Amino acid sequence: MLRTFRIGGIHPPENKLSAGKKITTLAAPKQVIIPLGQHIGAPAVAVVKKGDTVKVGTLLAKAGGFVSANIHSSVSGKVNKIDNALDASGYRRPAIYIDVEGDDWEESIDRNETLVKDCKLSSKEIVDKIAAAGVVGLGGATFPTQVKLTPPPGNKAEIVIINAVECEPYLTSDHSLMMEKGEQILVGVTLLMKAVNVSKAIIGIENNKPDAIAHLQKLAANFNGIEIMPLKVQYPQGGEKQLIDAVIRRQVKSGALPISAGAVVQNVGTAYAVYEAVQKNKPLFERVVTVTGKGVANPSNLLVRIGTPIQELINAAGGIPENTGKIIGGGPMMGKALISAEVPVTKGSSGVLIMNKEESVRKPMRDCIRCAKCVSVCPMGLNPTLLMNSTEFTNWELAEKNYITDCIECGSCSYTCPANRPLLDYIRLGKGKVMGIIRARKS
Amino acid sequence: MENKLYVSPSPHIHGGDSISKNMYGVLIALIPAFLVSLYFFGLGALIVTVTSVVSCLVFEYLIQKFLMKKEATLYDGSAILTGVLLAFNLPSNLPVWIIVIGALAAIGIGKMSFGGLGNNIFNPALVGRVFLLISFPAQMTTWPVTGELPMTYTDAQTGATVLSLMNEGITQLPSYGNMLLGNMGGSLGEVSAVALILGLIYMLWKKIITWHIPVSILATVFVFTGIMYLVNPLQYANPFVHLLSGGLLLGSIFMATDYVTSPMSKNGMLVYGVGIGILTTVIRLFGSYPEGMSFAILIMNAFTPLINSYIKPKHFGGK
Repeated sequence: MLRTFRIGGIHPPENKLSAGKKITTLAAPKQVIIPLGQHIGAPAVAVVKKGDTVKVGTLLAKAGGFVSANIHSSVSGKVNKIDNALDASGYRRPAIYIDVEGDDWEESIDRNETLVKDCKLSSKEIVDKIAAAGVVGLGGATFPTQVKLTPPPGNKAEIVIINAVECEPYLTSDHSLMMEKGEQILVGVTLLMKAVNVSKAIIGIENNKPDAIAHLQKLAANFNGIEIMPLKVQYPQGGEKQLIDAVIRRQVKSGALPISAGAVVQNVGTAYAVYEAVQKNKPLFERVVTVTGKGVANPSNLLVRIGTPIQELINAAGGIPENTGKIIGGGPMMGKALISAEVPVTKGSSGVLIMNKEESVRKPMRDCIRCAKCVSVCPMGLNPTLLMNSTEFTNWELAEKNYITDCIECGSCSYTCPANRPLLDYIRLGKGKVMGIIRARKS
Repeated sequence: MENKLYVSPSPHIHGGDSISKNMYGVLIALIPAFLVSLYFFGLGALIVTVTSVVSCLVFEYLIQKFLMKKEATLYDGSAILTGVLLAFNLPSNLPVWIIVIGALAAIGIGKMSFGGLGNNIFNPALVGRVFLLISFPAQMTTWPVTGELPMTYTDAQTGATVLSLMNEGITQLPSYGNMLLGNMGGSLGEVSAVALILGLIYMLWKKIITWHIPVSILATVFVFTGIMYLVNPLQYANPFVHLLSGGLLLGSIFMATDYVTSPMSKNGMLVYGVGIGILTTVIRLFGSYPEGMSFAILIMNAFTPLINSYIKPKHFGGK
């Protein structure tokens, strides 16, 4: 019996249309828009100004605090302006606009394709290099990686868990990366193990990717302490707490960090970025993005420079289909509906999903029939309909008592509800309110 | 205009489940029991069921349209289901006018007075049945004897049910074979254990319900009546007779599992099921009514909000 997490979960249609497609490199566009806040935490602080000439890999902005990340140029050219730009959430936030000229890389970057396996650096030096390269969690949460690799005092890492489940329907960027950059990923995993001083790592892969499981299992024979664990397909297995439960059977306590269970979880794409940062001196300025959707002519996995407008990616996959209703940055369960295709690719962009008009419209909502299906599927063991009601009636005390802040916003409740109730919309709102109340109480 | 995009929060896909899918799923699960009742009770079963369903639909429409002044939701199947379940709890020789009153009580009092589907505290069909049982005790407790596709209705020959026989201290009961198939007196939908269990299997397969409520009720009744049987086999019937008789199976599979009126957490469902099992057995063995299922479910319906606020789902990372 394959393992999976033990509470709740759903199995939406996988629709991995771009599975098995080779990664193709998308040429740099004429202009890139690089937002200063691409990660969780404080936005980075710009160190370039209008008119500056930059190369591929030049530092554009420095981390703006402990939880923050450096940002580098993905192209060579001239800084056109630093101005607000539309982001995936629909807000206008500061970004650096660069007009592209040529493709001139920083000399420090090793552009040779040969695998560099050995690393003589200490754990501190590894973490520093990762921080310098601006690596963040590439699974979508974009938490600065160096912070995760620096456990708070009193906590000790016991194991590195690599998130390669890619449980979101449609997305295949991690899958394609595993098939093509398997060895580099395993070196990256070894570096992560060294960074937190552990001797064991487990890569969790859902068994809808048997080729990736077999491929990495074969390669892992040449690496010490790395185990590949096939997992039963179940959404949201990519949730950090769910993955830890599935892989090492430990449940992180409510409100606690994963490190309290001894686990450091990193996305498989992050492991690749760590390899490039440490072994090739290459900052994080490009990533693999899946462009997909039932109407998309040529669903693809593209290697894209950060800051490229989404429109360019859609063009590369055959153009925007007629009858397009929604463009989603990310997957269908947790992605964000974009208000424009001009939004740039950021470090957290794992996919672009195009849905037709019929798929985009929600069905009308009915009264709750208390079927408890939302309760059954909630991977955090919450009562979504109760949390929705407490938000609707602004009963924050009741919401807090029923652990609204534990919600991971996976959307399994709304997906399942036979009365089409927008459970997560309300819970997200209530969670924000309650977190604000808790912060106010503490200060 | 054609360039406009839809923007909404995630998730952007839906599993396709709906209220009507669940309601029609339960109705499909009731088909075997309906076919059996048509065979044993013939014309009467047909007339009672059709009358009940039609009057439930009419009352639902009239109340939603003219009293609540909102869009009628006849298509969701919930009124049809209430109608069928009410009919299944009635004797097949019940006069039409009494059935209509039962439907009014079920839909009007049981469901709409609380605000409609999803807001009611008590199972509407059981509200209707108990209303009739108290108002028309004689008509509600004379059951036609079974036949082979009988063409009789209110003129049917009547007999007793297993539970009323036992209540009167009579030990000559139908054979297990007849009780399993449904060849015995009783309300029209409750008689066939085999047909009801087929319905249960279908609903479990389609994930319409989980096992928690029916299994906990049946296990509780089995254990409780089993103990009493071991204590005094002359006074108390054996637990298998209890499982196969009366409305126990119909109630635990189709009535107690009503979404709206049962608890939401798995542990809550078990508490609710055990409660129904104990109450049913107490009423059957020590009460003056031969049958206790309807009352037991209604009483536990009243406890459901309390169960929901005290018994929470298993919280991730909790104690």
